[in-house]
Amino acid sequence: MDIILSTDKVCKRFDTHVALDEVSIEVGRGRIFGLLGPNGAGKTTLIRIINHISAPDSGSVSFNGHPLSWADVSNIGYLPEERGLYKKMKVGEQAIYLAQLKGLSASDARKRLQEWFERLDIMAWWNKKLEELSKGMQQKVQFVITVLHEPELLIFDEPFSGFDPVNAEILKQEILRLRDAGHTIIYSTHNMASVEDVCDDIALINHSRLVLSGSVEEVKGRYADGRYEIRAVTDEAQARLVAASIPDASIHPILPSMNEVFLKAVSE
Amino acid sequence: MNKISIIILREFTTRLKKKSFILMTILMPFLMVLLVAAPILLGQISDDKQERIAVIDQTGLYFDCLQSNADYLFIRYDRMEPSMKSDTTSLTAILTITADLSKHPEAAMLASGKELQLNTVTYIQGALEEKVRMDKIKSYDIPELDAIMKDMDEGFTLSTVKWDKEGNESESSADLALGIGFLFTFLIYMFVMSYGGMVMAGVMEEKTNRIMEIMVSSVSPFQMMMGKIIGVALVGFTQIAIWGIMLTGLGFGAIWLFGPSEETQAAIAASVASTTTPAATDVPMSHIMSWATNFPFVELGIMFVLMFIGGYLLYASFFAAVGASVNTQEDSSQFTLPVVIVIVFGMYAAIGSQGNTDGPLAFWSSIFPLTSPIVMMVRIPFGVPLWEEVLSLVLLYGTAIGMVWIAGKIYRVGILMYGKKPSVKEMIKWIRYK
Repeated sequence: MDIILSTDKVCKRFDTHVALDEVSIEVGRGRIFGLLGPNGAGKTTLIRIINHISAPDSGSVSFNGHPLSWADVSNIGYLPEERGLYKKMKVGEQAIYLAQLKGLSASDARKRLQEWFERLDIMAWWNKKLEELSKGMQQKVQFVITVLHEPELLIFDEPFSGFDPVNAEILKQEILRLRDAGHTIIYSTHNMASVEDVCDDIALINHSRLVLSGSVEEVKGRYADGRYEIRAVTDEAQARLVAASIPDASIHPILPSMNEVFLKAVSE
Repeated sequence: MNKISIIILREFTTRLKKKSFILMTILMPFLMVLLVAAPILLGQISDDKQERIAVIDQTGLYFDCLQSNADYLFIRYDRMEPSMKSDTTSLTAILTITADLSKHPEAAMLASGKELQLNTVTYIQGALEEKVRMDKIKSYDIPELDAIMKDMDEGFTLSTVKWDKEGNESESSADLALGIGFLFTFLIYMFVMSYGGMVMAGVMEEKTNRIMEIMVSSVSPFQMMMGKIIGVALVGFTQIAIWGIMLTGLGFGAIWLFGPSEETQAAIAASVASTTTPAATDVPMSHIMSWATNFPFVELGIMFVLMFIGGYLLYASFFAAVGASVNTQEDSSQFTLPVVIVIVFGMYAAIGSQGNTDGPLAFWSSIFPLTSPIVMMVRIPFGVPLWEEVLSLVLLYGTAIGMVWIAGKIYRVGILMYGKKPSVKEMIKWIRYK
């Protein structure tokens, strides 16, 4: 596997609190890498080290085969968990400014932003001040700003928080599209439901240590316990017939999840 | 380097587009004109009322020395009339003198139905005192007294001369030097105080907006701080330039509207005269011209620009550091106070140095970076060795750049410390964080 980013025994401590303890991960190029763990496990600290916001006490980070340097920052896009943009600034202006700081020319930034806004159908927001948008809309804008300079590596910290199912679905499709276009994505979350839909590989951090890593399929296989489930779409009578041959079996009607109900109701 | 200019451009344009900025920029010149014009106009209004003061002078010696003028009208009465005590509308006060004041100093009394204005009391007391003094001198029977008195009234001015390296004499003026020094000092002080606060607010905005995590992952904190500080400085220059143009326009507009009437000119002349030192007004024009030509204008100009920029850079970076280390507006005041105290200390050091611009206070405070931009400007008109100027500038710019770097460091580490109450000990730890 072609490795774009790897950390080697990274340690970080604040005063007496150890935030990261010898964490080593490898992120494959063109894949979606899920960085998982409970709150306060050290995910955000690791992401900040990768973003050059903070430096490890010991251990090293390498990017594209060389030690991570300040220059690599323009090749990384970062959507922090603590969202925030200039409230009084107009959306379009702001996006172009932030893209320029990532090394894009103003005209390129404008062209790409137009493409994105047209695809997401939010062209009407261009000349609005950020504070005039709802929180979810602001998040959408921030997502576009994060990916606008088309970096090799994208880091999303809880990207779906604050989105309704419709917009979360749009965002998910955009993330998958970015992966297919060759970008590498680090996706940090503590929401496991979305992991299976999106991630190719995962690393699980708990209490500052890496406890689990590998591809989603492989990890799931490792935890398999020999149980099987029968799946068949049929009517009630036949279901009862089959269930009778298995001890302690029960049958349920297939009901849509609330997520599906929401998507169906909103799209009508 | 290019990123700094992008940041400068944003800091500059967003501030210029703010409604509050546009409003202040337009209203300020009018406020300033009002501030200058109001006292002059109000002064003229109060002139209209003449106070009537009855004088019952039983000695007959003093009425003549009480001169009526635009403010006071003295009216002679022979004796106290019954209506005087009850009627306070026509007469402001009644002055009774019952005996020769040079022998009986308590024999004069000023009575009134209401509290008397201090100006009135001072005016009458002054006139009487002068008369009593003259009477006492006359009582010694000195021959040719008038000529002696006239001779004594003639004052003199001590002319000051500065030698240059070749020992050539050139006339100098301590007053002019001080005046120019203080003007520059004042300009630096005002600029730092008004626009330093803007830098602080800008840095705090990024913190409260939580945008700094994005900023720090795009540009270095030093670039960020430098861009902000320079951007705000450009805003300041723009605002001052607009004010300058508007004030000039208002001045010409006023002359065109009201015409240069003699009354207003006299009022303006009077207000100007009262602010300048009396010694300077007695001096012939040729002397002023000769000082002007000997004045180190070029040196002063260059040093002013360098000191102004350096001083602004240093103090703005302090304000930026404060903005980076606090979470709320309330917290900021406890950190701004020390900065203000240091600037005020610089002002006092400048005032303290004026008596002896080569003394130890003046020397050390014009080398020490926090006070040098202010104190050095007062010293330069009196001649400062080149090495001192260079040393002072190197220290100033070195400290300023260092402080911008520290401010950037605090800004970056501040991200990792959301919610923690900042203390000085904490901040020193932040600076050392990797």
